[in-house]
Amino acid sequence: MALMTTSSSSNAGSSPGNGADRNADRCADKSADDDASRPQARWLRIGLPLLLIALALLAWEWLVRANNIPHYVIPAPSLVLQTLVKEWPSLAASWWFTIKLTASALLVAIAGGVLLAGVFSLSRWVELAFLPFAVVLQVTPIIAIAPLILIYVDSTFAALLLCAWLVAFFPILSNTVIGLRSADHNLRDLFTLYKASPWQRLRLLLAPSALPFFLGGLKIAGGLSLVGAVAAEFVAGSAGKDTGLASRVLEASFRNEIPRMFAALLLISLTGVAIFIAFNALSHWLLGRWHDSELPTER
Amino acid sequence: MALIELAGVSKRYDQGTVALQDLSLTLQPREFVSFLGPSGCGKSTALRLIAGLLSPTTGTIRRSVGGDGVGAGNADKGSNRGKESKRGGRGGDSELGFVFQEPTLMPWAIVADNVSLPLRLQGLARGEIARRVDEALAMVGLDSFATVYPRELSGGMKMRVSIARALVTRPKLLLMDEPFAALDEITRIRLNNDLLVLWQQLAFTVVFVTHSVYESVYLSNRIVVMAARPGRVVADLPIDAPYPRDQQFRTSARYGELCRQVSSQLHGAHDNQLK
Repeated sequence: MALMTTSSSSNAGSSPGNGADRNADRCADKSADDDASRPQARWLRIGLPLLLIALALLAWEWLVRANNIPHYVIPAPSLVLQTLVKEWPSLAASWWFTIKLTASALLVAIAGGVLLAGVFSLSRWVELAFLPFAVVLQVTPIIAIAPLILIYVDSTFAALLLCAWLVAFFPILSNTVIGLRSADHNLRDLFTLYKASPWQRLRLLLAPSALPFFLGGLKIAGGLSLVGAVAAEFVAGSAGKDTGLASRVLEASFRNEIPRMFAALLLISLTGVAIFIAFNALSHWLLGRWHDSELPTER
Repeated sequence: MALIELAGVSKRYDQGTVALQDLSLTLQPREFVSFLGPSGCGKSTALRLIAGLLSPTTGTIRRSVGGDGVGAGNADKGSNRGKESKRGGRGGDSELGFVFQEPTLMPWAIVADNVSLPLRLQGLARGEIARRVDEALAMVGLDSFATVYPRELSGGMKMRVSIARALVTRPKLLLMDEPFAALDEITRIRLNNDLLVLWQQLAFTVVFVTHSVYESVYLSNRIVVMAARPGRVVADLPIDAPYPRDQQFRTSARYGELCRQVSSQLHGAHDNQLK
């Protein structure tokens, strides 16, 4: 809160509040925005990374052509793009499969993480009893558990979903637990004073207090659900029609089709970037008006 | 008829600290009482006991705020340690307002939604809520800030919102826990004056916790001086200067004299402790 307006007003009227105090003290947040929110700076924030990416791609293209590097070692970006277009029907189907798997894993992770966090917040003992299970599931590498899951679960999709869920749900659980516990203690007292029902307390106090933490967990879990989906499919190593991008990468690697590997890889990272951008936007939309993490810094 | 009656109330916390020892106190309607003392004297504990946020280890608290108005005869529900602690039932909620040391606003809600919280928790109708929120914001002079987020307000204005939220239920008793301690002097004096105006207009009772002799003398018509380790009352002084009090009173010889008296009580207790 660096800048203050110094305007005074004369609308004190019959109310005890003194007008000068009210207006003079009001912080001029809106005029004190930072560089990043000016239109020119916003262009730079998007344009600069894009420019750099374009330059890197050009340099890559030039290096490959100038040195005559064979395409089975490193393909030029133009060849990757050609491959992407040529193989589109097969790649698009796999892409859709991976997106479905990632989204389902994330949805189940959100549901499971939030539900479990709610149960944990009800009682310290429940948390103490169940947290070890959650931790064990989290710290054991998914690559190591996946073969077992694939043996026990008949449906491949369900098995892959389970793997991706295991990776994604923990950040949501732990962040939401912290968030539910971080509600201001005086506000809790206030709710007690006015005899709020448990449902009112959850809806009006605990949920909004936990929201920034939950969204932080969601950003991590979004990326991890993609990681889990791809890693699990690598372990499953399945081939055929109903498989995801990881299977395309594996397949292409067996056949030494390096450009196709790159094309599949490109789609995987595009998916990750899209998830990242989507959740950043969601977080900004939900917290932008009030939470410090989404507010412009003032100078 | 007494509003609140504390008889032999002690509070010992779980780790063994005696926060408050043998407090007996009667609050009359329309009083402006200050609890004055150093940190650790149990003044905030006393306030929380009166609010019902804590239950006494021993002793009784009778409330006629809320309930049927006759010593609140409801059976004790919450406390198993307090021997005879009596609480007002539902419906008494609105007769008590609490202002914390920090403004304690919900940062995710605009000013109007912060002020309407007590009414929403009590399930009032939308129209009635809107009307009373407007009224409460006008009382603290923030009518034009209803749609603003708390972070856009200064410390003094946040405190005004907090006071509006406490008054929106039209309480008979307003409990204030060092509400202006974190504010600069100019803002504090202004809020002192505004609080006195509201108190005279709306005729509620105030219990005001503070560590400032000057603030307590300026505001109250009764000062309960407290000392620490263990927390206890050392003096119960009437401040008989007439209201309305203003800048003239603040600079008068009478004010200086009263401050001296209260100060000597406070320091007498403190000095005895050091011996």
